[in-house]
Amino acid sequence: MWEYSEKVKEHFMNPRNVGEIPNADAVGEVGNIACGDALVLYLKIDKKTDKILDAKFQTFGCASAIASSSALTEMIIGLTIDEALKITEDDIARYLDGLPEAKMHCSVMGRDALEAAVNKYRGEKIEATHEDEGKIVCTCFGVTDKKILRAIKEHNLKIVEQVTYYTKAGGGCGGCIPEIEDLIAQVHQEEATIAKSEKEPKPQVLTNIQKIKMIEEVINTEIKPMLQKDGGDIELIDIEGDKVLVALRGACSQCVGAVTTLKNFVEKKLQEYVSDSIFVEEVKG
Amino acid sequence: MKTIYVDNNATTQVAPEVLESMLPFFKDLYGNPSSIHFFGGQVTRHINVAREKVAALLGCDPMEIVFTSCGTEGDNFSIRGVLEAYPMKKHIITTKVEHPAVKNTCEYLAKRGYFLTELSVNKEGMLNLDELRESIREDTGIVSIMYANNETGVIFPIEEIGQIVKEHNIIFHVDAVQAVGKIPVNLKNSTIDLLTLSGHKLHTPKGIGAQFIRRGTKIRPFVIGGHQEKGRRGGTENVPYIVGLGTACELAMKNIEKENVYVRRLRDKLENSLLANTPNARLNGRKTMRLPNTSNLSFEYVEGEAILLHLSELGICASSGSACTSGSLEPSHVLRAMGVPFTAAHGSVRFSLSIYNTEEEIDYIIEQTPPIIKTLREISPFGRKELKESLK
Repeated sequence: MWEYSEKVKEHFMNPRNVGEIPNADAVGEVGNIACGDALVLYLKIDKKTDKILDAKFQTFGCASAIASSSALTEMIIGLTIDEALKITEDDIARYLDGLPEAKMHCSVMGRDALEAAVNKYRGEKIEATHEDEGKIVCTCFGVTDKKILRAIKEHNLKIVEQVTYYTKAGGGCGGCIPEIEDLIAQVHQEEATIAKSEKEPKPQVLTNIQKIKMIEEVINTEIKPMLQKDGGDIELIDIEGDKVLVALRGACSQCVGAVTTLKNFVEKKLQEYVSDSIFVEEVKG
Repeated sequence: MKTIYVDNNATTQVAPEVLESMLPFFKDLYGNPSSIHFFGGQVTRHINVAREKVAALLGCDPMEIVFTSCGTEGDNFSIRGVLEAYPMKKHIITTKVEHPAVKNTCEYLAKRGYFLTELSVNKEGMLNLDELRESIREDTGIVSIMYANNETGVIFPIEEIGQIVKEHNIIFHVDAVQAVGKIPVNLKNSTIDLLTLSGHKLHTPKGIGAQFIRRGTKIRPFVIGGHQEKGRRGGTENVPYIVGLGTACELAMKNIEKENVYVRRLRDKLENSLLANTPNARLNGRKTMRLPNTSNLSFEYVEGEAILLHLSELGICASSGSACTSGSLEPSHVLRAMGVPFTAAHGSVRFSLSIYNTEEEIDYIIEQTPPIIKTLREISPFGRKELKESLK
């Protein structure tokens, strides 16, 4: 059973501002029924002052989703749009005396609905600046890299599980977990550029012998141990110029994620340590 | 507030008779059954009696019973113990709707070089036995299939499955955690080689299970240690709980008719009434060939955790296959395997009754549930149009 605060329970049992606003000035929709939660937010806005006169919601979801929606409407009524946009998911969680970490995505949904509503409202008023929404990383829940990067930065998330708590990404089939790991690494690498500069730079020009030796070493010290942890293994078959031919063994050989492993892990490691132009191909058998 | 407990597939109330029988072993009778002296020896006798009672419920020889700590241990013991005994066998057959104790054990092995076939189910939760026939390979080491499903209560045709498995001389393991005590299970002349049961689903406290191992079945111990349980399961016997399980099995034999008549009638009353009085409600799983105590219903366009918390405020304890209740983000793998649409899978509620439920309790649930669904649907953005249409 989840540990919900009294305030979450109270807002869940007696949600405020439930329903639709006919002729709303702005409507924001997020989530869908397949995901297990969805929120439609209706706003009545004073066009002169940009003040939110009324807010109502409809939510499909669990207790924390309903309580977060209720809290959001209570928080934004009376604010101007700009003031309301400053509300973060943490503010919503704080208003409710906290949410279980695994339920943080419920408060994120509230903020996203508000943003969606405001974007629509402003889009009607002024020509919308079509923002790049990013590329979908988690196809199960339709989460983009932009959203994931933002969550990692804002909440200093360190592991995939935390990203799932905040964004739901990675909570379905798990196919995008390597990509999320990369995004986490990307953010923390950006933050730790100083530490990185201490690492040996990649050699600029390599002889064939040097290259082969380096590839062998990286496979043996960096790649093999990681794969073996999951019951898999890898064997270096041949090197033709920049093409590295490998065979996957053990659990890897039957793994549906093998192609991803090859491209996202093996190839990346070799590029990182040896040369950017390296590409990896799998040899069967 | 009165507690109305209808979550008996999760765990059950400890029967007063079970607790009573356990108490002496927490006090005066604390001897170790392995000891030579009379003080340990008298405890051994009680374990043997308990073993006989478990065997009597299952219709097997007491020597074929090994006490374990829980159902999960029994499932691990069966699957991993058999595969270790047959190192040339690399293929496992199971189903898509197993309990995590079996499902995750098999998936773990699949990551370690084993091949795994998970049989699918149809929308009623039933297997296609032709798929089983086609899946059997030369190197299939074990077929592990549950007796009855914990979420839907659907019962698999275990003996029919067993016939196919035994034609190929493959070890047949059955997770019967939900079946034992609710329906008659008889291992005499059965095709089952290994059967797992758990005490706390039949009114013992948590922490005891039993494993049936048909005489002659090759299996390696899972818990390695002393010579206890004839070397099949190391570790000093959990004496009070073993005695409690014996009592529980004795009670289950007595109560099996009550389960199938009284409990079934209450379950049917609850189910029929909720389906009739709530628009867009549906039954998950086949109506016949089902545990007499289980009802898995979906209320479309609302979310299961929200229903459960509303019920909980009224003292009613049920469970759900919705994503939000489990901590994962996806709804129950059982409902998904059955192809239950998302609109319904997220809004599933499982009521599982026991002989301790009363008619008044069931009437109270019947009265309180439809208004909860109505309230939540008023909050939900989905299904307005569909609901209006279905109400016409």
